Amino acid sequence: MADPRAPYRDEDLHFDYDRRTFLNRLHRLLPRADQVIDDTEGLRPYECDGLAAYRQLPVAVAIPETTEQAQAVLALCHELGVPVTARGAGTSLSAGALPHPQGIVLSLARFNRILELDPLRRTARVQPGVRNLAVTEAARPHGLYYAPDPSSQIACSIGGNVAENAGGVHCLKYGLTVHNVLAATVLTPAGERVQIGSAALDAPGYDLMALYTGSEGMLGVIVEATVRLLPEPVHKEVLLAAFPTVEAGGHAVAGVIGAGIIPAGLEMMDGPAIRAAEDFVQAGYPTDAAAILIAELDGAPDEVAETVSRLSELLRQHGASEVRVAADATEQARFWAGRKAAFPAVGRISPDYYCMDGTIPRHQLARVLTGIDALSREYGLRVVNVFHAGDGNLHPLVLYDGNVPGEFERTEELGRRILELCVDAGGTVTGEHGVGLEKIDAMCHQFRPAELEQFHAVKAAFDATGCLNPGKAVPTLHRCAEFGALHVHRGQLPHPELERF
Amino acid sequence: MDHPASSAASVDETEALTARVAAAAAARQPLRLHANNSKAFYGNPGGGDPLDVSGHRGLISYQPTELMVTVRAGTPLRELEAELAAAGQMLPFEPPHFGGGGSIGGAVAAGLAGPARPFRGAVRDALLGVRILNGRGEVLRFGGEVVKNVAGYDLSRPMAGALGTLGVLLDVSLKVVPQPEVEATRTLEVDAGSTWQQVHAALMAGCPISAAVHDGERLHLRLSGSDSGVRAATRQIGGDTPDDGDAFWGALRDHTLGFFQESHPPLWRLSLPPATAAPELPGARLLDWAGQQVWLRSDAPADQVRAATETLGGHATLWRGQTEPAAPAFHPPSPGVARLNRQLKEALDPHHILNPGRFDPAL
Repeated sequence: MADPRAPYRDEDLHFDYDRRTFLNRLHRLLPRADQVIDDTEGLRPYECDGLAAYRQLPVAVAIPETTEQAQAVLALCHELGVPVTARGAGTSLSAGALPHPQGIVLSLARFNRILELDPLRRTARVQPGVRNLAVTEAARPHGLYYAPDPSSQIACSIGGNVAENAGGVHCLKYGLTVHNVLAATVLTPAGERVQIGSAALDAPGYDLMALYTGSEGMLGVIVEATVRLLPEPVHKEVLLAAFPTVEAGGHAVAGVIGAGIIPAGLEMMDGPAIRAAEDFVQAGYPTDAAAILIAELDGAPDEVAETVSRLSELLRQHGASEVRVAADATEQARFWAGRKAAFPAVGRISPDYYCMDGTIPRHQLARVLTGIDALSREYGLRVVNVFHAGDGNLHPLVLYDGNVPGEFERTEELGRRILELCVDAGGTVTGEHGVGLEKIDAMCHQFRPAELEQFHAVKAAFDATGCLNPGKAVPTLHRCAEFGALHVHRGQLPHPELERF
Repeated sequence: MDHPASSAASVDETEALTARVAAAAAARQPLRLHANNSKAFYGNPGGGDPLDVSGHRGLISYQPTELMVTVRAGTPLRELEAELAAAGQMLPFEPPHFGGGGSIGGAVAAGLAGPARPFRGAVRDALLGVRILNGRGEVLRFGGEVVKNVAGYDLSRPMAGALGTLGVLLDVSLKVVPQPEVEATRTLEVDAGSTWQQVHAALMAGCPISAAVHDGERLHLRLSGSDSGVRAATRQIGGDTPDDGDAFWGALRDHTLGFFQESHPPLWRLSLPPATAAPELPGARLLDWAGQQVWLRSDAPADQVRAATETLGGHATLWRGQTEPAAPAFHPPSPGVARLNRQLKEALDPHHILNPGRFDPAL
């Protein structure tokens, strides 16, 4: 692992208050010993989230158990000007929950109850610390499930899902978190409680639910969410197709969608990902293929059967060397097992890996993968590709060894170049993981100054003191100017490769 | 597969519109945004100098295999839909065409969706990105042309339904979906009160329902999908085949059904939580969206309509007509939401020049 890093900048570190007064008052608000942590050893588990390369100890961790306590903590921080980073399960892959050195972590871990599950309305009202998968587990006896299924769904919490607008493998057909959350109770930075959204299909006023979803803890703190549940598909089929080239796989994806077939999931893995996954979980993948596609179809049995034959035919027409239809639920689970284990599988073949999250228009797939391959060679770092092919969300995994001095820095730079490639192809720097601190410089490439200023104006309107998650999600123009200058400087060098060593 | 816009209908007026908005911002002169005025009746009356955006039109990019279209806001809805239909695709939210007209920008700004709404999503669900002019006359792009995109705050989806009060829509990128292979309508002679349960049972059984409305006498269900899927669902649901299948759904969507044609009493739109019986209010009603969107013709005072709807967890829009005493078009939000609305408005349109009063008399 690279050295613990805390990439906050001076401009993010202007919070000035009397720490002793603050801690005394915090202890009075949360009197039980296990509700405030402020000793270094106790703080250690909170120093990073799922992106462990970034680490920072906070001043304290506050663990409220009621909405009133959370409100009181926010009001205190608002009054004294103390940064607050809300944290659910801490599975963020973008350092979104990285603590601020002058602030507290507001842990919502004890907001862990499903308050209501209404099978007839097909909704669940849950606290933010409820795990994503727990919602589906509670809904399953009623023939229902919660659609967004990020790969961390065993651990990640609904509050974090809303904050990041989490996705998963079924977004193409069933949407992201923003399409599956109906309403929420949010606390403003001053601790006021506001209900946004509606149990109905729309709400009076602006679509605040959309604004808060994916706002990365910058505008408010979610203390309750109402999510919609979907009927479990009556029937499901899973297909696996092997392709001799990644390009052929990419064209097949476009062909399938162009033919009007919307699979519930459509995933692609490249050769290195296939082999790593196969070594790890023995999913039965064709290890000689350059790419595989995994497609899931769901619906009424007749409809699915008809689509399976159309889809198989289309995949063959687009050059699939092999198309398998899973024979039963066990084989379906096995087809998926390799894909779902892709990240840990890659973890076995490299000391460290760095997961990117760009999204591109599907037709740019071949071009972007070729570009990634060239960058991989330029930087001398291996890249493995796992791809939510249906919705263009690419997860290149850069393999590196954090014990080699400078290798993480090179990896980060390669990552940034990959994201720039995605933006230049008409895509985005993050499809579902969020900007956090990790991709904040890449934002400078995707947005122009006026757009970043508009984001800051929204932030200032909702959080005038700037206490919520400072330094994340939206770069200052100052930061971009420095980053951009660095960039141009590099571009002008005749031998850019010399610069890095 | 790129479908370039036909040159006759493709005009980029970004510069002229930017100049107008920037000048209005400098002079603090309110603007009243419009294209075809097909939804001029909707919302509160607004004032200001007319700003016609209908000249800014034409497809910018459309690749059917991307399931996405980017189009200038003034493009007639009819033109865009014809373009999509030629590739076997459609807008998922089934926007109404009032008086046969309407632009795509107006459809997004109004945020109104047709009978398919509960099954294929709202306008905001399909809105992937926008290019707007904010109230300072700055051209800004939010969201993008890809389905998954979480970079920066989502300032594109809130444009849906904001009636132009957060920005002048220049271009919109929308998710599109394949047209269903087959559609069929079933009618069932069941009680209006059982609407939700009927639809719920059919959905749980895997029936591809794309619309569900009870007209007071019978429940109309639209099935959309593959031939075999629709046939299986038809067997499952039973009921009758109506004479006017397709025509009914179009007339419901565009409010040309007889129910919508009277000018009195006022027409209300009640938006309700799922599985909720419509409130006890006098007047005729039509239950769309499996009962989640109730159209009510009622002389009841606005306060009574709103209180009864709010008690159920819903909200009531005064769609057409005047109440006595007069009431704002939209359900007043809670004080907390009103404050957040104002904060958002002021971040995007600090001088309140974009359609002031149209969305909320206070904004």
